Amino acid sequence: MRAEELLQPRPAGLYCPPGDFYIDPVRAVDRALVTHGHADHARAGHRSVMATRETLDIMAIRYGDGFAGSRQTALPGQAVRIGGVGVTFFPAGHVLGSAQILVERDGLRIVVSGDYKRRSDPTCSGFELVPCDVFITEATFGLPVFVHPDDGEEIGKLLQSIADFPGRTHLLGAYALGKAQRLIGLLRSCGYHEPIYVHGAFARLCEYYQTQGIELGALPPATTGEKVDFAGKLVLGSPSAFSGPWMRRFADPLICYASGWMRIRQRARQQGVELPMIISDHADWRELTQTIRETGAQKVWVTHGREEALVRWCTLNGISARPLNIVGYDDESE
Amino acid sequence: MKRFAQLLDLLTLTPARNGKLALLTAYFSATADPDRGYALAALTSNLDLPGVKPAVIRTLILERMDPELFAYSYDFVGDLAETVSLVWPEGGRGAGAPLSLAKVVERLRTASRTDAPAILSAVLDRLDASGRYAVLKLVTGGLRAGVSSRLAKQALAQFGGVDVGEIEEIWHGLEPPYIELFSWLEGTARKPEIRLAAPFRPVMLANPVTGRDLEQLAPSDFLAEWKWDGIRVQLTSARGTTRLYSRTGDDISAAFPDIVGGVEFDGTIDGELLIGRPPDDVRTFADLQQRLNRKTVTAGMQKSHPAFMRCYDLLFEGERDLREETLQRRRERLKLMLERMPPGRFDLSPTLGFSGWDELERLRNEPPQPVIEGVMLKRRDSVYTAGRPKGPWFKWKRDPFVIDAVLMYAQRGHGKRSGYYSDYTFGVWTDDGKLVPVGKAYFGFTDEELREIDRFVRENTVERYGPVRSVRADPSFGLVLEVAFEGLNRSSRHKSGVAMRFPRISRLRWDKPPAEADRLESLQALLA
Repeated sequence: MRAEELLQPRPAGLYCPPGDFYIDPVRAVDRALVTHGHADHARAGHRSVMATRETLDIMAIRYGDGFAGSRQTALPGQAVRIGGVGVTFFPAGHVLGSAQILVERDGLRIVVSGDYKRRSDPTCSGFELVPCDVFITEATFGLPVFVHPDDGEEIGKLLQSIADFPGRTHLLGAYALGKAQRLIGLLRSCGYHEPIYVHGAFARLCEYYQTQGIELGALPPATTGEKVDFAGKLVLGSPSAFSGPWMRRFADPLICYASGWMRIRQRARQQGVELPMIISDHADWRELTQTIRETGAQKVWVTHGREEALVRWCTLNGISARPLNIVGYDDESE
Repeated sequence: MKRFAQLLDLLTLTPARNGKLALLTAYFSATADPDRGYALAALTSNLDLPGVKPAVIRTLILERMDPELFAYSYDFVGDLAETVSLVWPEGGRGAGAPLSLAKVVERLRTASRTDAPAILSAVLDRLDASGRYAVLKLVTGGLRAGVSSRLAKQALAQFGGVDVGEIEEIWHGLEPPYIELFSWLEGTARKPEIRLAAPFRPVMLANPVTGRDLEQLAPSDFLAEWKWDGIRVQLTSARGTTRLYSRTGDDISAAFPDIVGGVEFDGTIDGELLIGRPPDDVRTFADLQQRLNRKTVTAGMQKSHPAFMRCYDLLFEGERDLREETLQRRRERLKLMLERMPPGRFDLSPTLGFSGWDELERLRNEPPQPVIEGVMLKRRDSVYTAGRPKGPWFKWKRDPFVIDAVLMYAQRGHGKRSGYYSDYTFGVWTDDGKLVPVGKAYFGFTDEELREIDRFVRENTVERYGPVRSVRADPSFGLVLEVAFEGLNRSSRHKSGVAMRFPRISRLRWDKPPAEADRLESLQALLA
């Protein structure tokens, strides 16, 4: 069987004809397999959804219980058959519940990576390497300029700044699912045990993480009617909230932003970020290329991000590669 | 090197001027010589590394990585120094071993064209990404850290507890790494003596006329002159060396050979740099702008935009310091000196006859030429004092132009204003009944008014583009802003064809329907 017969890009997303299912479809379909809970991968309105238990929970939190007609829980590492196609979910290390999906038929193995990272994260299971013939990789940070430094160093910068500017409120911008909780976890493991104020939009997901046994410490709300003196405090919120009226309650705010994009100085500067922290839930260039090598895949298909550069790297390294143009994934959100 | 790299990163990301000043002062205190001196040289664009050209950087990186991968990276990042700093292979020879800024500078400074590539790559191998960025910025010039040489000097003044004028005065006699300057600022040595011929002298500035300033003053005590819309310059010549300085002491001689070349005098003249042919042909500031901020100037440019200096004060005559003499006396000496200078390039700023403040006020508001922006008042008996002393000199500007414009777009502010839409683009009506943007202003209103406009913007948003919102603005509904501005230039960059100088919001006209706002043709009439 040719790889293109087992999985192929369609307008709605990556489609498997023999199994009649889509992976991370960008519009409503009959049967969807979902790698993780980020909004551009997990959409509401499918007739049936298969995903890990955590991803299903997160979708229910975000979209309400009726987010899909029916749901099926995928157990990590356990193969199931869908229309003669073997399907197995493996941890991707991206956010809580995130998975890669192995699709096999007649001995042909294709792994859809979803979004992934290789370094350890206190808030989700680590990436598991799955050998395969075809590896479909993300490319969010698919340029040699993207090298994420050690997380501890980046957290250290923030802690130092909090100590240096006790009169200012540190406003840390991060993506609501995954990044926010990971930052809190990292801060706690670096010895920061003060309350971390969180924007209302983050509260439910943080609570959910805590019900899953992930310790996040005291997280009082930053969106309350009560007057709180935020000087010297750390507040976590979505960057989009930083431009709204919510911001006005903070005296002399110092804007911090945790994202892989912060590697580019002028980009941080343009966004008005004073303290950029290079912390990402995606693989950096070295991890992307290392993973491609380690899977042993002879063919690589590259999706969402900077496809050209990763395809070029594969070509230089004797691996057949092509971009897989699927529209609808939002590579800016991190 | 680490400290300098860190300083550069912090300066790049700190938007506030005071924040930058604090970073610079802290750096000067914590860093030893000669490192801090080389940093200062880099920040004030006084570091010359002639052996290393940007092309060398490109060649070096392409020896180390695939050209196509480099091209994708450069495309994305958009800055050569930053791209190369990020993709340079880590863990080269001697990586992590300490390397001082001074060492780097000294090595690169003495590098010849042939050994520059090897020296630069050895330096890059030893540094981390941030250090590499700093070095590559030194090499390519232009640190892009948002620090002017004026700001750097201000930080030095703060660091040493001296007036910035004192630093400007000796600046051109000093050289990197500025050891004697720092020793003086730290109080361990005397103020450096200037050995430079034709040094800069800190200038005397005027205060604006406010409130009832003039009521207590006798008109006969004052000399009045037109206030010309050029730039303040100082021309100084001694022992065959002639230099032209800006008011902050930057040497701009190279861009104005038509002023500096072939004049024979000894002394220091204070005046206004203008474009045109004196006495009557004086062109606008827009014409002068064509000649500013250039390293050199073509013969064609000197012909189409000839510069001249309208002189109003004499600080030195030969070796003789006239600054303690009265203005009246200085002007007499100046007049005599100018008689011996080429009249096409130098003339005396004429004084205005007036008998009372009322008469001067009329002159101020109806100047004979558009390039005049008001009048200057100087006490006849005033001595020349550096800085902005209160009392002897006044500037009395023409009342600003005012138009009613309609708010079209609003952009979010930064810092204290984050969370508010505080930068406003406004427009006026064209013949076919459309609004065309004519300017942008972000001050002139009170905090209370800011909140009111912000509320209006949020409630009447039509579209959003990132940090910008367009707001409802049609003849029957919208917000009219009274905008004050100092002048108008022709502009090919703006759709409206005009660019305002120094626009600010002077009043909110909630009462006025947008249909009654001004039309483009009334602005165009001001250009004539």
